[in-house]
Amino acid sequence: MCTVCGCAGSEKAIVDHDHPHDHPHDHPHDHPHDHAHDHDHDHDHNHHHDNLHHYGLGPAHAHAPGLSQTRMVQIEQDILGKNNQYAAANRRHFNAQGILTLNLVSSPGAGKTTLLTQTIEQLKSEVAISVIEGDQQTSHDAERIRATGSKAVQINTGKGCHLDAHMVGHALETLQPETGSLLFIENVGNLVCPAAFDLGEAHKVVILSVTEGEDKPLKYPDMFYAADLMLLNKTDLLPHLEFDSQRCIDYARQVNPHIKVLPLSAKTGEGMAQWLDWLRAELALQRIGYV
Amino acid sequence: MHEMSLCEGILGVLQQQAKQQNYQRVKTVFLEIGALAGVEPDALRFSFDVVMQGTLAEQARLEILLVPGEAWCLGCGTAVTVQQLYDACPNCGSFQLQISDGQQMRIKELEVE
Repeated sequence: MCTVCGCAGSEKAIVDHDHPHDHPHDHPHDHPHDHAHDHDHDHDHNHHHDNLHHYGLGPAHAHAPGLSQTRMVQIEQDILGKNNQYAAANRRHFNAQGILTLNLVSSPGAGKTTLLTQTIEQLKSEVAISVIEGDQQTSHDAERIRATGSKAVQINTGKGCHLDAHMVGHALETLQPETGSLLFIENVGNLVCPAAFDLGEAHKVVILSVTEGEDKPLKYPDMFYAADLMLLNKTDLLPHLEFDSQRCIDYARQVNPHIKVLPLSAKTGEGMAQWLDWLRAELALQRIGYV
Repeated sequence: MHEMSLCEGILGVLQQQAKQQNYQRVKTVFLEIGALAGVEPDALRFSFDVVMQGTLAEQARLEILLVPGEAWCLGCGTAVTVQQLYDACPNCGSFQLQISDGQQMRIKELEVE
């Protein structure tokens, strides 16, 4: 469906028309990445097929002004409605395929990629794992993931500060995660913007390293409110820091009374067993096939 | 700074509605933004002007209706107003709050021609 005019959606009526309507949808479809997403059609827009999707490009559309009368139009639409539609489509796909998708969010440098490579090394004999890597630039992280033998697609957001559900939908076409597999989406390192964008994941997992300060949950409450699980990473450094883990957990619960917490060190392996068990349990739940 | 993306989302809706509602220009956009939506109104205004340049909503006015954050306190069983996601219940001090309003980001209506 064209989302500029909604042309394939026959239920959409045009109201307040004051001229005969005899031109059946003859506007050019030259908009990059602006269509609905059903995973079974070919794409006729410019598209990088080297496992690197770049979103730093693209001008806004211009429309010529007209001369009609001023009036009010009731809209009542969610600003993120379009993203949420794409996210719902992604989620339907994940549920139908029994794919457990986790959206990993953190500040830059909290240790997401190291945690991922360690997790993959320890789980890859049990389950197929693939990764969508989001960064503003470079494909360094995807290369680190591929070195473990797992499939990875890099999305470069350009100036963008977060991944959105549409980018993820496109990455899925390239990545083709297996039925019943585990898919990690490593979001752009940013504790603010990714909180607002549903990608279709089962859970947002926020990673906070103990070098960051225990009040991060209060400073960036939206992210901790949106997450279901907090991983307190780099616990091997605790003896060298004045980080109060319990206070950090209390702050996180203040924002989100339901958040679960697992302390771990991806470097030394401490706490990794519990994290892997959580993944196994969530994977089993995802494979049940809820209706 | 996802306010820029939000404005691109708004522009998408304006362009889509332009076909359905048959208008050529947008003069005013009325938004409803919740206090707990994680949106900075000033940043939104700045991004709005930038994103709308050269579009059907160039020079459009942005009207933001701020909706206060509301929650149901599981501790004392009352509806309370909160400013932040990490606020305690002003009555009993509990953090067991269920947010009930103030997280929305909606386009309410448009003045168009």
